[in-house]
Amino acid sequence: MFYTFSRRNQPPIYPTASDSEIESQNSEVLIPEWESSKVKSMLDTSYQLKSLLMFGAYYHQKKDGFESVVIEHLRLNGAYWGLTTLDILGKLDAVDKDEVVSWIMECQDESGGFGGNIGHDPHVLFTLSAIQILALFDKIDVLDVEKLDVANLQNEDGSFAGDMWGEIDTRFSYVAICSLALLHRLDKINVEKAVKYIVSCKNLDGGFGCTPGAESHAGQIFCCVGALAITGSLHYVDKDLLGWWLCERQVKSGGLNGRPEKLPDVGSLILFLIIIDRVHWIDKGKLVNFILDCQDKENGGISDRPDDAVDVFHTYFGIAGLSLLEYQGLKAIDPAYALPVEVVNKIFLAK
Amino acid sequence: MHGRPRKAPTQEEQEASSLKAVKLRELQSQLLNFHRNKIYTKEAVDISTKLLESNPEHYTGWNYRKLSVQNLLESALDSDSVQSILDEELRLVENALKQNFKSYGAWHHRKWILSKGHSSTDKELRLLGKFQKLDARNFHAWNYRRFITALKEIPDEKELQYTTDMIYDNFSNYSAWHNRSVLLSHLMEAREGHSGKENVLGEEFEFVRSALFTDPDDQSGWFYHLWLLYQTLKREPLLITSWPSTGSNIQLSVNGYLDGQSLLPVLHFQSKARKYPIILCFNEAVEGVCSSTVTVECEYHAGDDLIWTPLSANKLDFAQAWLTYLNFPDEVNSLKPYSVKITVAHVPGITSLSGAPCSTTHTSFTVCVPLHDLKHAELQTMERISWKEEKFRACATQPQDANLLHSLGNFKITMENKPSASDWSMETIFTEIAHCRELLSATDCKIGKLTLARLLMAHNTLISYSRPNDGAEIHYDEILALYRDLMKMDPKHLCYYEDEYSLALLKQLTSNTESLLKYSYEYQESTSPSMKSSLCLRLNGLSLSRLGSMECLLWVQMLDLSHNKLRSVEGLEALQLLSYLNLSNNKICSFTALEPIRMLKALQVLDVSYNEIGAHSVDSSRYLCSSPMNHAVGNDWNFEEFANGGIKLNDHWDAFLVFKDLNLIQLEIMGNPVVNDQLKAFLFKIMPELKWLDGEKCN
Repeated sequence: MFYTFSRRNQPPIYPTASDSEIESQNSEVLIPEWESSKVKSMLDTSYQLKSLLMFGAYYHQKKDGFESVVIEHLRLNGAYWGLTTLDILGKLDAVDKDEVVSWIMECQDESGGFGGNIGHDPHVLFTLSAIQILALFDKIDVLDVEKLDVANLQNEDGSFAGDMWGEIDTRFSYVAICSLALLHRLDKINVEKAVKYIVSCKNLDGGFGCTPGAESHAGQIFCCVGALAITGSLHYVDKDLLGWWLCERQVKSGGLNGRPEKLPDVGSLILFLIIIDRVHWIDKGKLVNFILDCQDKENGGISDRPDDAVDVFHTYFGIAGLSLLEYQGLKAIDPAYALPVEVVNKIFLAK
Repeated sequence: MHGRPRKAPTQEEQEASSLKAVKLRELQSQLLNFHRNKIYTKEAVDISTKLLESNPEHYTGWNYRKLSVQNLLESALDSDSVQSILDEELRLVENALKQNFKSYGAWHHRKWILSKGHSSTDKELRLLGKFQKLDARNFHAWNYRRFITALKEIPDEKELQYTTDMIYDNFSNYSAWHNRSVLLSHLMEAREGHSGKENVLGEEFEFVRSALFTDPDDQSGWFYHLWLLYQTLKREPLLITSWPSTGSNIQLSVNGYLDGQSLLPVLHFQSKARKYPIILCFNEAVEGVCSSTVTVECEYHAGDDLIWTPLSANKLDFAQAWLTYLNFPDEVNSLKPYSVKITVAHVPGITSLSGAPCSTTHTSFTVCVPLHDLKHAELQTMERISWKEEKFRACATQPQDANLLHSLGNFKITMENKPSASDWSMETIFTEIAHCRELLSATDCKIGKLTLARLLMAHNTLISYSRPNDGAEIHYDEILALYRDLMKMDPKHLCYYEDEYSLALLKQLTSNTESLLKYSYEYQESTSPSMKSSLCLRLNGLSLSRLGSMECLLWVQMLDLSHNKLRSVEGLEALQLLSYLNLSNNKICSFTALEPIRMLKALQVLDVSYNEIGAHSVDSSRYLCSSPMNHAVGNDWNFEEFANGGIKLNDHWDAFLVFKDLNLIQLEIMGNPVVNDQLKAFLFKIMPELKWLDGEKCN
């Protein structure tokens, strides 16, 4: 009686895969205790060394492949992803702290902001990465905090621009708020207006978009929920609605997709499920297995989906995800500041 | 970095890749050089074109490009040359987008060029049409579309038609459903009155139904359907319950002796501090409850100096439950009952998170302070509460308890005006229930079942608004059966269904006095004449995984929630009369999950033994409580004061946070991995009143 709609399954660029459809039959035997020895053995010890090597490749630019050159402009992000991964694995000591810190300081522009690499323009995305890395090394004191120009990026309506060219995005709200909070300088901005702007980006599914009216997706929701968490404003999040939308991102393979009817990948979803205390609504064991399936067991690293090429970004989200799923042998990570809990506690508790 | 297959490159591929890499590196270093030296010659600009066409993510390249455009425009002689400069930029962006459709830098550059005011929006829409045909879900393209339609002031109705077309083309297009919800929100806001909204929602329910019936397993339509349901239920915030409850008689005493009057169906409240709480519960979080928006009328109080406190974590201005205290009248021996009348929101000022104003409601009750025997005052010494089974006696058989509960259970507030548009909401929900049943008769669809459960729940809520005290228990059994079904059908989301099941079960239990009576017990620790018996609500062993309907339990002073699956106690903060609480054998994972208890100033006895505190490396309620991490604690963060003798901040900051404001006399905490001697010593230190800890008496 209602068959008026057609359905096309394969948009040409990002195919909606059959496994992202809703699972309706009983799934196979679950592994409710993801600490089970079967799973544990999968992240083998040599893995840690391999991921170390991979980070080395990113940081020292030894790789001459095209893929490496293409992301040269965001090497500071890459350094944050790689170093945080190492810290979660308990291997941060392997890095020459002074060398990294002096390289980071070379990325600082005269205006105070940081560029993604030496010689690149400043952008708030990289300022946060710089602060986060310095926090990992307990070296925030090398920064001249008054010189950093994050607060001036706030607009009259509470939103934030990423740099002098004025692109507006709630990602930048998170980045600015997180940066200032780590420096104990939240009083430099109008927090109330910043929160109000983020709330104005809330959508039908309880998620958030980059500007008012823009569609929700996992990465953006992480930024918005993270910013609301840091500013003590989580009451604006409809935790049950958003939590349900998020837990429905889990597809048959155990992975989570970033938006409905999309392919699953290793991403940030797990972070804000923790923040809003709804992580038990997903099947954690299956997600752990999905992330482990995305490992490159020969060369180290984690990719977006099984059998894809690994990169430092997905390696970071994979390891952070495993940490939040209480995978053994990993340091706990703070879901809002995306730094190890011990680092965050040190900054905020020991005043 | 998405979707690249993992495979070892062949020799040829490797060589090609390094060749490309050498070229790109050369372009990138040239660009940085031009940028640094502010060189905007044609050769330099051409290099940047090449770079951005092969690597559209190079943000410094786009910045250079903007500077070069500014530079060129300064020397442009006429409008034709201005046009050609801008056209060149638009062409570059188009090529860059062909290379990478998701490049933030490219899309922003296009907006920046358009802000110079020299492009035709028609051309932009044509281009978008092409892009959106290729990838109907690209959110950059949708964002750009909203930017262009705003720039061109295209009416929302027209864009709505575009989403209709997109959905007809492929109803699985969630991006189109999303944009539809945005456009309709604008349109409903613009159209005054309820009938506009009602018509719009009616049509939309019909529209989405077609999609749902075509493929009930596609998620997109269901999310939209849920949004429509919320719009249908959306209403002004409402006062739903209070303590003392409407029409109740309450006897106040200082020492707890009522000279034989305790058998009467009156509620007794004891306070050494000679004050009693007033609690107001709303159906959603509101702000603005204060002495100017709420009047309290009685002969002993002027009522205009009352301070209302929101009962919520994070020290927010928003809360569902609000608290104030009234003092006992100075005339202690006044036997004559006096009445207290509370009017909520007689002036505007109480609003919900979305800014909707609360409607005016009244509640009233009578208070009396009987004569009491002062010589008994020092007799009562607190005994340790053991929670042993044999100390409980079921109330169901005691007529006086039934009477008392009847008077307590009369918690529903009578509203001044019937809620607006409720008939229409009721009808709509009713229709949707019928359609949902029809769908489920044809197919066993997971989200369909969940939706039916939600619709039935909504129906119950609407009934309870329009017919308070009806005690109608219409759909609960069906709702609970649906959730049991879903747990079996979709075990991946077991905990979600368990949570929803718990909420429905608690709604059912609290929906009328008869059912509450089944869970009510008299508790007496010893037969000693100095010990009065207490009325205890026992919701133990019900597999509850979360709490709800607390607004119906404001009168509870003793609550047994042991042997459930509770992970969170959110909601308990409203139970301001609670003195004894048993949470043993649940799944509380951290101290921070106990934050709501922090606000229970009357709490004396707490049992959280045999939970999972300290068993997990990740604390998922870390951001749901007020802490220095979320900037919700201020100057009262005086941990250092207690932090000697080897107490580490990192280990116990959360215990400090929860317990420092409590006045517990008895605490059970054993059976949690976090417990050790150091923690116990710390707890004694921050709670000087504590007499028993895990059964050991403090010395």
